[in-house]
Amino acid sequence: MLAKRIIPCLDVRDGRVVKGVNFVNIRDAGDPVELAKYYSDQGADEIVFLDITATSDARDTVADVVERTAAQVFVPLTVGGGIRTLEDFRRLLRAGERFGSQCVVLAIDARKRPEGWYEVVTAGGRTPTGIDAIQWAKRGQELGAGEILLTSMDADGTRAGFDLEMTRAVTEAVSIPVIASGGCGSLEHFAEVFEATNCDAALAASLFHFGELTVPQVKDYLRSRNIPVR
Amino acid sequence: MKRTIAIVDYGVGNLKSVANALGYLGLDSAVTDDPVELERADAVILPGVGAFPDAADKLRRKGMDRALTAQAGRKPILGICLGMQLLFDRGEEIRDCEGLGLVSGRVERIQTDLKLPHIGWNSLSFPNPSPLFRGLDEGTYVYFVHSYRGVAARKEDVLAVTDYGTPVVAAVGRNGVYGCQFHPEKSGEAGLQILRNFGELRK
Repeated sequence: MLAKRIIPCLDVRDGRVVKGVNFVNIRDAGDPVELAKYYSDQGADEIVFLDITATSDARDTVADVVERTAAQVFVPLTVGGGIRTLEDFRRLLRAGERFGSQCVVLAIDARKRPEGWYEVVTAGGRTPTGIDAIQWAKRGQELGAGEILLTSMDADGTRAGFDLEMTRAVTEAVSIPVIASGGCGSLEHFAEVFEATNCDAALAASLFHFGELTVPQVKDYLRSRNIPVR
Repeated sequence: MKRTIAIVDYGVGNLKSVANALGYLGLDSAVTDDPVELERADAVILPGVGAFPDAADKLRRKGMDRALTAQAGRKPILGICLGMQLLFDRGEEIRDCEGLGLVSGRVERIQTDLKLPHIGWNSLSFPNPSPLFRGLDEGTYVYFVHSYRGVAARKEDVLAVTDYGTPVVAAVGRNGVYGCQFHPEKSGEAGLQILRNFGELRK
């Protein structure tokens, strides 16, 4: 039976993990390679690197980070973020060839509009696009995306739980796997998103970085709720 | 003589991650598109990501199809993902297309009510014992990314199966030619054990 995936996310800027990281047993918590290895050893099912580098000059550093990680971490690695131009995308695909990209994951950041629909936003939520997230997800599937990483800008950083309504709406609209992201603050939130929606994976960042929860704790809890995990 | 595992380069991805995993295990490998190198190596890995017809064409253009057929039975060969699918007689992705014919059977789109692609960690059961899975327990999880599946003509060639709302062949083997539908190079400790086992199949 296919396991639900638990995915720690590392925000990388200029080759270092940003967003507070608060470990005791890691020599250099800001090193993405070391963190990725730590999570993988704990049983993380995949590692996501989000490139939040401001300038495109430094864009190759995330490729370098992933390349170094891939030499010692043997779970799937996903890279995203900072793709603004076709050239950015080409460069990432070329880098992907170097360490073996398996499929293109479409990342959608969206927030709920007062009228009740979900709007795709860019630039960390600052720029509305007028695009309906559900339609965009369907379009992405048609264009060959293998998976969708869905982040709720409303839930992100709140620790109040995943946006169940939006996650459900998108998973019901497409037939490719969906990774839920944004808002996770407790064990219960992980169980909730898998029980209330048909998503395939749940992503969290600071919850893991601050050492509040570990990947094994999350998996033990999900197992106790009869949710299949590795 | 230096022992080397040849990783077949025919322009279809995931070469580096396979080389990374072998390197981590202390197994020497060489990425090559030269049929002569396949003769010199003492084992061969055929990776692959993408679509069956395109990959089959590229293999033929490089003369790698004949080289692989010539080495089959003489040294261990391991196809990974699309590389496993290419071992079969035929594929039906996009169009009907001839494979290497090293394992009897064909490749078809997965018929399931679940989502496609089949992405993620799924558990294995082993209908036939194989040295490739030595040290692994029934129920071991490995990582899959695919929408097509191999259908083996002979039951005894199926070494591992996974369940995705329908049985999916996870590994095949015939006469020293092996194939894994999943990615051992992305399957954590279990995957590394499988690659280590493969390395030990060499004479």
